[in-house]
Amino acid sequence: MKAGGAIEEVGSTKKVKTGSWRIFKPIVTEKCKGCGICAQFCPEGCIEIVEGKAKIDYDYCKGCLICMNECPIKAIISEKEEK
Amino acid sequence: MKLLAEGSVVVAEAVRLCKPQVISAYPITPQSKITETLAKMVADGKLKAKYLNVEAEFSAISSVVGARAAGARVFTATSSQGLALMHEVLFAAAGLRMPIVMVVANRALSAPINIWNDQQDSISERDSGWIQLYVETVQEAADSVIQAYRIAEDERILLPVMVCMDGYILTHVFEPVDLPSEKEVQDFLPKGKPKHAILDPENPMTIGPFAYPEPYFKLRKELSQVIDGSKEIIKEVNEEFAKKFGRKYGNGLIEEYKNDRKITIVSMGSLCGTVKCIVDSREDVGLVRIRCYRPFPKEDLIEALKDKEIVIVIEKNISLGLGSGALFSEVRDTLYSLEKKPKVIGCIASLGGVDVRSKDIEKLVDSSRRMKDGEVRWFV
Repeated sequence: MKAGGAIEEVGSTKKVKTGSWRIFKPIVTEKCKGCGICAQFCPEGCIEIVEGKAKIDYDYCKGCLICMNECPIKAIISEKEEK
Repeated sequence: MKLLAEGSVVVAEAVRLCKPQVISAYPITPQSKITETLAKMVADGKLKAKYLNVEAEFSAISSVVGARAAGARVFTATSSQGLALMHEVLFAAAGLRMPIVMVVANRALSAPINIWNDQQDSISERDSGWIQLYVETVQEAADSVIQAYRIAEDERILLPVMVCMDGYILTHVFEPVDLPSEKEVQDFLPKGKPKHAILDPENPMTIGPFAYPEPYFKLRKELSQVIDGSKEIIKEVNEEFAKKFGRKYGNGLIEEYKNDRKITIVSMGSLCGTVKCIVDSREDVGLVRIRCYRPFPKEDLIEALKDKEIVIVIEKNISLGLGSGALFSEVRDTLYSLEKKPKVIGCIASLGGVDVRSKDIEKLVDSSRRMKDGEVRWFV
């Protein structure tokens, strides 16, 4: 460890998988047109547009549902996470 | 350069000689004139620095932490409520190992609101991880600012340093002082780009990450070892300063003055000047001045106080609920390991700026033989 806990390795937060924090799970439905607004708003940066559709990385999605709120055509829905 | 000037102005001159690149502060009595003078120096082009006018002390300290993380030499100053408002960030600055220099013009804390001198403000931050130097004179305040940059930026330390000077008594007094030249000071201070934790887009890194319990515990332990280990380096810097500039302050941690007598007064700050006069006029009492309060100079105090009959601790703070000042309990704790323990007497003096008269101290010394170990008197 460096003095003061500084970390020289870039992207080390990827080691901490925060998906287990989720209570509500956002789900991308067939309606998605791949506009990418959800990806821009996602505070975790864990949405990518793959083949014209939003794809959520559930390893890191904390379930804040900002993507669902921002989607202009309501293509993202949510359900309670089954634990 | 010899000059006769007000304490605050002398300190600002000393800061200028250290060439800080970012200064950020919020005005508060009795500190204001230090940063006012620096702001004028920047405006007049005498000091090439970025001067940030912030909206409160929380921002002042936060912005110097940020500027330091970007590699700048930084300065801030405050007093009393301003220091209390910085509290949260003081711990972060030390934990992140940011070598910041701050002057605290010591002033009482509210309530009731009071603008005069005691040392409650900085003593209340003793556990924050900052190195704390308490100065006796304006000359020492200026010299300690220069030493503080050298100590803080030492690669073996990398900790923030607080230079504590009594408000009004030192900030507003005119004292003849001798200031070194800018070149001499620059030769004395660390040069080049700092190596530790510098934000740079070319070499990205994370400063201030989250830590799980184990690494947190390890880093706090490391911090404790680093500040304890800084004692030797503070002594070393004091010696090197003496070699270069011809002035030294005890051994850097404590200063013994006629400490060959059976009774010794232990105190900090400008009050020690008054005590020295009393020591000169009597034959039964000496002085040990604590210059470096954090790290606490335990080993040196044991050496200096081991053969004493009576130790009288006079201090300008009260640890409410303990019934004594912080320094009293720490000195007494330090002496507990001795087989033959001296009697330790406490004294709370000058809260909210009440003058301490030499006859008060003389009376205390006279009555000390009749007092019980652990007894605490108040000068009111």
